[in-house]
Amino acid sequence: MFGNTTLTQFIFGRLTWEAIPYHEPILVVTFIAVALGGIALLALVTWFKLWGYLWKEWFTSVDHKKIGIMYVVLALVMLLRGFADAIMMRIQQAWAFNGSEGYLNPHHYDQIFTAHGVIMIFFMAMPFVTGLMNYVVPLQIGARDVSFPFLNNFSFWMTTAGAIIIMMSLFVGEFARTGWLAYPPLSGADYSPGVGVDYYIWGLQVAGVGTTLSGINLIATIVKMRAPGMTFMKMPIFTWTALCTNILIVATFPILTATLALLSLDRYAGTNFFTNDLGGNPMMYVNLIWIWGHPEVYILVLPAFGIFSEVVATFCGKRLFGYASMVYATCVIMILSYLVWLHHFFTMGSGASVNAFFGITTMIISIPTGAKMFNWLFTMYRGRIRYEVPMYWTVGFMFTFVLGGMTGVLLAVPPADFVLHNSLFLIAHFHNVIIGGVVFGLMAGVVYWWPKAFGYKLDPFWGKMSFWFWQIGFFFAFMPLYVLGLMGVTRRVSQFEDPSLQIWFIIAAFGAVLIALGIASFIIQIAVSYLRRDQLRDFTGDPWNGRTLEWSTSSPPPEYNFAFTPVVHDHDSWYDMKNRGYERPLGGFKPIHMPKNTGTGVILAGLSIALAFALIWYIWWLAIVSFVAIVAVSIAHTFNYNRDFYIPAETVTETEDARSELLAERT
Amino acid sequence: MSNKALQETEAPQFYLEDDHHPEGSTMLGFWIYLMSDCLIFAVLFATHGVLGRNYAAGPSPADLFDLSIVAFNTAMLLFSSITYGFAMLQMERNARMETIFWLGVTGVFGLIFLALELYEFYHLILEGAGPGRSAFLSSFFVLVGTHGLHVTFGVIWLVTLMVQVKMHGLIPENRRRLMCLSMFWHFLDVVWIGVFSFVYLMGVLG
Repeated sequence: MFGNTTLTQFIFGRLTWEAIPYHEPILVVTFIAVALGGIALLALVTWFKLWGYLWKEWFTSVDHKKIGIMYVVLALVMLLRGFADAIMMRIQQAWAFNGSEGYLNPHHYDQIFTAHGVIMIFFMAMPFVTGLMNYVVPLQIGARDVSFPFLNNFSFWMTTAGAIIIMMSLFVGEFARTGWLAYPPLSGADYSPGVGVDYYIWGLQVAGVGTTLSGINLIATIVKMRAPGMTFMKMPIFTWTALCTNILIVATFPILTATLALLSLDRYAGTNFFTNDLGGNPMMYVNLIWIWGHPEVYILVLPAFGIFSEVVATFCGKRLFGYASMVYATCVIMILSYLVWLHHFFTMGSGASVNAFFGITTMIISIPTGAKMFNWLFTMYRGRIRYEVPMYWTVGFMFTFVLGGMTGVLLAVPPADFVLHNSLFLIAHFHNVIIGGVVFGLMAGVVYWWPKAFGYKLDPFWGKMSFWFWQIGFFFAFMPLYVLGLMGVTRRVSQFEDPSLQIWFIIAAFGAVLIALGIASFIIQIAVSYLRRDQLRDFTGDPWNGRTLEWSTSSPPPEYNFAFTPVVHDHDSWYDMKNRGYERPLGGFKPIHMPKNTGTGVILAGLSIALAFALIWYIWWLAIVSFVAIVAVSIAHTFNYNRDFYIPAETVTETEDARSELLAERT
Repeated sequence: MSNKALQETEAPQFYLEDDHHPEGSTMLGFWIYLMSDCLIFAVLFATHGVLGRNYAAGPSPADLFDLSIVAFNTAMLLFSSITYGFAMLQMERNARMETIFWLGVTGVFGLIFLALELYEFYHLILEGAGPGRSAFLSSFFVLVGTHGLHVTFGVIWLVTLMVQVKMHGLIPENRRRLMCLSMFWHFLDVVWIGVFSFVYLMGVLG
């Protein structure tokens, strides 16, 4: 009997049947729904014999455009999961009054708010931003791919692996109950002995490898692969913001990696970095995690600023007002974002001088951000504004984001922060800037670049429906939280005593329902547009009368992006080309040098999932096996020297001729 | 004036007829990677700076460190950097076997360094000064151990490259890889100088 137990423990670690949450009806129903949906999806893929296509054309692809699209698909899937968490919290908080416990026990509720934060930041916003940068940046700089195409594929799969690890915690074991940054000592071995925090750590570590590498990749791409003539001050603004964002990624994600590694050593190896005894210091963790965490919000919002800049210039038919000031503002924000982390915990007690320093640097950030706001406004001033859907999101952003920025400056005042710290006022503030800034920007970006990626525009009616539901829903959902925060209600509470608060939570829940309709409209928009794609088709490759190089090629662009490398003379180079009589080259095509597809990225990410799972459940043999396999596969990959091929000139000629015919038919 | 007018009438060139070859990004990319790695070390140094005096009534650096061993160990790592330099010189001369020989010497120095480090760790743990004893020892073990882990991966990479140079010769791909490992190896040397000065020397000073 004893021998049996140790054998089972050897094989399964601490994984037992108890870890499967069959006693939680909500999770069982979710599991059944996910399982049925998953089986249906797999069956459809098999029925239509799509596995080979998916593997060859997508999973192993090193084409930055396909990887970009896969990133955005991942982000949209995770948006649904993260939003499901959000609406569950809203229902719980509107319900749990007058002695009622609501429908979620605290154990479950704590996992939900943690998962919501982790998923929305790491697996919705990050892949979304990375996906758009991946798709657009090489096209905007006139390149044929990124600097390291295999690394790009690998990064995507590591991000996906992280998402899968987090999703596994829903049905095997539990997730962290610590809040999205897992502060110790709560997240230490003493207070969180279960697997929840381990899922959190390994999910983020695996995804973090992908994020850091994709940051390095995009910096190298932007610095080294620009088309001839495109100096730094002629780069499109979105590329500039992508450059700053990726510098921030490389300058901060290693800190997250190191910090989480120290936390995991505390949990696994009994070290004393963040413990309460033997000399450990939990505030060390809080400092380190926010040295990553504050730049992270700028990592998300800078590309959104870039998207708005492109959208405003395009739909106002004008060069962006104050290009140079926009670039400098972006760089200043990039640097300042590194000098404000302590404003997340003024209440630590670091003294008046330290708090004053960080309060002032925080307020200073609003200056370059304000400058950007004026640049957009002055671009619109006397512009020929076309109110297409991306422009709706942009104007909605300008209104909403300024409000969020102002409450941010309020929170930057340390004495005010002592009152508002960890209150719902803070929650309202950061949702105000993240939804109003990042999400609106990403939505604008999707609608703006969709025709480039798929060759047809998105249906404007459902796009506008989505915008209005999001915009109005946002105000219903978060204005009540400002009020509640000012009344002193703290975050992460699952039940309430004071019945007078309930009405505000009900209003907030109503707002969440409106946002749900916004998301539904967005999905309907995609479905309707797909069905009506023949009416919405764009043959020119330039449906919005765009200004930057991505609009100079066909929609969707050929595998090689540009048959000939463009030469840049001015910023807004495509506008310049159109203005000065550019004619599309019709012959003389040459073979094009391209990278080959590879499955190594998928394999390494799969092995990383096995390694993480083994470490989470203490299945040491599997951990060793999968680690050795990761090293072996990586080394084996370096023995493959045959990584590129040439697209023959005839194929290029065929592709370009087909486009010429299409263009001739239309004119 | 006439020159300017000429420029305006001339049809500008909007694309390259010839194949465009952007210069390689590998060196830049690898430098950026090294800097990101440097930040991991920066966090560990900062952690050691904050926690390095938290002995929790346990042993302090003066009680634990045997500077002569560490000095010898430092010499091993510095020698390995010199011999890596010799390997790169041989690569420049296009001498395949000599390059492999000096890479091998570098690897041996690296292994001696790792062996001595493990010996030191083993003794500390045996004396009851393991990583769980105090925050100081936690940060010591993790900073030095992370460096050691990097050297371990460097040695694995080195052996891989020796095989690849043997198989394919000093082709451009292999030269590029040798160059990257060279930067990695020297980077670890620089980090070690930081470890030796801040952790060992200043630690023993108290």
